Amino acid sequence: MSIEVKVPQLPESVADATLVSWHKGPGDRVSRDENLVDLETDKVVLEVPSPTDGVLKEIRIQDGTTVTSGEILAVIEAGAAAAPEPAAAAAAAAPSEPAATAAPSDESAARSDAADKLSPAVRRLVEEHGLDAAMIPGSGRDGRITKADVMQFLERGPAPAVSPSSAPAAAAPPPVAGSRGERRVPMTRLRTRIADRMVEAQHAAAMLTSFNEVDLTEVMRLRKQYRDGFEKKYGVRIGYMSFFVKAAIEALRKFPVVNASIEDHDIVYHDYHDVGIAVSTERGLLVPVLRNAESMSFADIESSIVDYATRARDGQIQIGELTGGTFTITNGGVFGSLMSTPIINPPQSAILGMHKIQERPMVVDGEIRIRPMMYIALTYDHRIIDGREAVQFLVSVKESLEDPARLLIQI
Amino acid sequence: MSDKYDVIVIGAGPAGYVAAIRAGQHGLKTACIDKWKNYDGSTAFGGTCLNAGCIPSKALLESSELYHRAREEFSVHGISTGEVSMDITTMQKRKAGIVKQLTGGITALFKANKVDGLQGSGEFLGEGKVRYVSHDGAERMLEADHVVLATGSEPIELKSVPFDEVTVVDSWRALEFDAVPPRLGVIGGGVIGLELGSVWKRLGSEVTVLEAMDDFLFMVDRQIAKDALRQFKRQGLDIKLGAKVTAAEVGAKGVTLTYEDKTGTQQLEVDKVVVAVGRRPYTDGLLGAGTGVELDERGFIRVDDECRTGVDGVWAVGDAVRGPMLAHKGSEEGVMVADLIAGEVAEVNYAVIPSIIYTAPEVAWVGKTEEQAKESGLPYKVGTFSFAANGRAKGMEQAVGMVKIIASADDDLIIGAHILGPMAGELIGEIVLGMEFSASAEDLQRTIHAHPTLSESVHEAALAVDKRAIHAINK
Repeated sequence: MSIEVKVPQLPESVADATLVSWHKGPGDRVSRDENLVDLETDKVVLEVPSPTDGVLKEIRIQDGTTVTSGEILAVIEAGAAAAPEPAAAAAAAAPSEPAATAAPSDESAARSDAADKLSPAVRRLVEEHGLDAAMIPGSGRDGRITKADVMQFLERGPAPAVSPSSAPAAAAPPPVAGSRGERRVPMTRLRTRIADRMVEAQHAAAMLTSFNEVDLTEVMRLRKQYRDGFEKKYGVRIGYMSFFVKAAIEALRKFPVVNASIEDHDIVYHDYHDVGIAVSTERGLLVPVLRNAESMSFADIESSIVDYATRARDGQIQIGELTGGTFTITNGGVFGSLMSTPIINPPQSAILGMHKIQERPMVVDGEIRIRPMMYIALTYDHRIIDGREAVQFLVSVKESLEDPARLLIQI
Repeated sequence: MSDKYDVIVIGAGPAGYVAAIRAGQHGLKTACIDKWKNYDGSTAFGGTCLNAGCIPSKALLESSELYHRAREEFSVHGISTGEVSMDITTMQKRKAGIVKQLTGGITALFKANKVDGLQGSGEFLGEGKVRYVSHDGAERMLEADHVVLATGSEPIELKSVPFDEVTVVDSWRALEFDAVPPRLGVIGGGVIGLELGSVWKRLGSEVTVLEAMDDFLFMVDRQIAKDALRQFKRQGLDIKLGAKVTAAEVGAKGVTLTYEDKTGTQQLEVDKVVVAVGRRPYTDGLLGAGTGVELDERGFIRVDDECRTGVDGVWAVGDAVRGPMLAHKGSEEGVMVADLIAGEVAEVNYAVIPSIIYTAPEVAWVGKTEEQAKESGLPYKVGTFSFAANGRAKGMEQAVGMVKIIASADDDLIIGAHILGPMAGELIGEIVLGMEFSASAEDLQRTIHAHPTLSESVHEAALAVDKRAIHAINK
């Protein structure tokens, strides 16, 4: 059956869009969600995904034409796709990659403890070779350095075998045996836009990242306890995001400057909290916004996120839902990220990064207990947010999550 | 006493009673069922170790060695005595007193840790249910979230030489002789056979040890085993290797043992025979039908390396499961299981478990033998040091044997240690600790050992690994 592809709803401030270029021609097979055409507005470059599998029958509007909302761009004859669906789990776009060099500063505190407990042979080797024991990874009991560790270290040089955040982002791919060709692929409009915005963010803001860690035992306990009841009542699962949004908002209340933005030389404080939730799609990172999130209940938050995620995947998100936002939460944990330094979404002043929940041995009341831990990161604009606020913001988020009762009594 | 527990342990030997005490320390409501009965009908906790093995044998080994040294060695010191005699009844009474004190100690520890010690049999019926029948016949159905099976092992009986409890006996009865047998045949030249043989030899028996294998102490490092054999033979223990006993005939004058060695069929006349050819896991009456707990082809309860049987909430530890049949291995498994039940992280490091033979000289070892090191293909280096050169040992008139340390030639990691000599069982502890911390030979070399001590030999052996012993000529 024939399906019309229309220009999506443009936001109020945008009158029209320019059709930049068609990626598919008449007679081409198209798959559901595949990008058909780019429309450029002042704010964003919109990609228009195919609503269905099938064949592009007719293109109604040519490159370079100005279009308005609702105009018919093309017609598709729906039918089963020959090509398989693009994989749903695409690698996340820009901001959440590993912080390789951040590791030593956290690890060296633990290392210097073990570094104090050097066995006689290790002491001799360290002294003989003028080594810094803190740099030597220890494979012995409690991370102690054995003689073998030192011997290996001397042989190999300082290659940290124990660092948890590996995956050097800039690793060159191994050369293909034989062929030495290149492929030049122009960036999509969306990719270009993202690239520009990332650099703009870096240049404009004085960005740095502060970290903390959260023990999610209590959150997990609550989720488990109320899982069935919540789902029964609201028809949506109680996830982690609602807790995180709530905790973030509580912290934003305490530190309003984190919710503010800079315009020229003014700091604009917002009395509302429009929290963007970063969602990864194959086309790239989208950040739909929860408007007035401070008024939303746990169920509202969860169902909104589910709704956004579904529509983002289906290419059904309206531009209006992507703009604005006073603060953003991003979650690299779903892809396995342990720790990262997210990039701020201008004109916002901060972004909260969630990561993988990993069971770690922690000291609780003087004893070692296994706890589900998550590192959290706040990248913030130091032009208006000081270290004190950033650190305490994270502490507030941590405390709210470790003791959710605080969210209830707003302390 | 209610019938619902957090943990029920079946068996109160060193694995079971330790598991129960540790569970009690965690605040878990624990019961420990044990059916041990002594020959006199009395009941006691502690299993084979306290009642019929480790403890009574060490008591007799000590008494018999003192007797031996008084008779043979005192004159060397310039000490003269009259005729030194011994009274077996008093000796046995002392032994029994020690056993009673220690088994009573377990009762006290149970009480202190709020463990219900229940004497009688326990049968696991599955789904956390245990049928407990006390010695007077009263039956109670108990229930627990976790059941720990710790029923231990029993001596293996030879079909060709069956026990008659009087002249052909197992190791337990061999500890209970009320008179010194003039001629004693020991079938099995392993740890238990050698210890029992030593006891009665010193007390006056003519002892012949018949070992079926051609190798003496096959699990011990060859160099050490060879030296040990020499020492024991010098003491008058007649150890015959490659001797397979095929029949025993009990007559009026004693027992005639028939055995085969490489020269043919032989006969040996003795007054008593001790069969010490090993132990097998004991699970009689333990498992009801359909519990899901499996035994392997040798009768051990199947477990993973956390002692889980695979049935939810059912664990097994000690001699009843795989691994060396050593009390300390069982105890540490008991601790591990109690810790795991309590929700903590726990493990047993099976690679660093020491073994000891309490003969004189003692034999002790941990880690790999030189043969195992060679077989692994990894380059290794060895250092040995004789007690003959150790001042303390000489003063003790026990300058016999050696310390042998094996280390990796690549990274100097200590991979094995073997000691024949005085207090070997105590000395091995230093190296066990070192191996737990991945110590290198150099670590031992650079650790001060007091002088004059036996432990200096450990120090010198470590130095010898790198051919730099001070008190020996390095070759």
